[in-house]
Amino acid sequence: MQQAAAALGGLPGDATGPVFREPWEAQAFAMVVALHERGVFTWSEWAEILGDEIRRAQATGDPDRGDTYYRHWLAALERIVTQRQITDDATLGRFRNAWERAADRTPHGTPIELRPDDFEA
Amino acid sequence: MSAHDDDHAHGAELSETQLRVRALETILTEKGYVDPAALDRIVEAYETRIGPHIGARVVARAWVDAGFKRQLMENAAEAIIAAGLADRVGDHLIAVENTERTHNMVVCTLCSCYPWDVLGLPPTWYKAAPYRSRAVIDPRGVLADFGVTLPDDTEIRVWDSTAETRFIVVPMQPSGTDGWSEAQLATLVTRDCMVGTGLPTPDAKAQR
Repeated sequence: MQQAAAALGGLPGDATGPVFREPWEAQAFAMVVALHERGVFTWSEWAEILGDEIRRAQATGDPDRGDTYYRHWLAALERIVTQRQITDDATLGRFRNAWERAADRTPHGTPIELRPDDFEA
Repeated sequence: MSAHDDDHAHGAELSETQLRVRALETILTEKGYVDPAALDRIVEAYETRIGPHIGARVVARAWVDAGFKRQLMENAAEAIIAAGLADRVGDHLIAVENTERTHNMVVCTLCSCYPWDVLGLPPTWYKAAPYRSRAVIDPRGVLADFGVTLPDDTEIRVWDSTAETRFIVVPMQPSGTDGWSEAQLATLVTRDCMVGTGLPTPDAKAQR
């Protein structure tokens, strides 16, 4: 399959670099696809929020050359899951801080994993 | 939640952005909204299997098969699925055909709506403000930036994608390619051809 794809014109993104520049971009992309598949939002609803995040970023000085695209994508994702009350800002913050503690205590080169005590302030 | 988080502001190995993505993924997984293995499969598909080669096969098929082309112009999603050229296609995909008189170009002025199922994910320039704003007001200038010059009397139609309606351009088959196989023809059809910012040429393969 991949060989066929290469023979028929190369893999996605071959002319402009990889499809995703960093793994987090891919994860953020996939979460949106998965949530859409579950019916959490329609593509119209998603496009509206993403478009709004892009305009907001432009208004605060982002030259919006496409390289910051997944940052807007992530901001839109955070917004839509809080809007749909799947989670809230406080919970997002708590998990973010827990991951930071997990990263801090994890030696370089080993996988970072969350532990219950990462949630203790 | 700023768009200007500094990726390297923390001593930890995870950047601010990575922390936010992990927080989301953990919460959504715990609540049963996403499955990490399913996320991996989605990423893998877009990184390796779904890309402009799918659209290229669609265009090449339309060039060699008039019946398929008619179906494609009538209902692109149905035609592509029926022909087995893609696993899935969003409902409202519209094929727009270039002719001697009309050239089609696709943009999403709002964000970056794009026919993922047949072209993969959009290139950076498609998502960038200059293309999104200029494609509508100065399509000829944008085409010139891409090295495409059209006759003065060719009308340029710019299609603004939405989340509901997406477009794929069916370019004209280049002269000198009569008798080529569908697979050979597909190699001439680049992503840009199907967004309308490029033209297929018999030496396109060499430029890749």
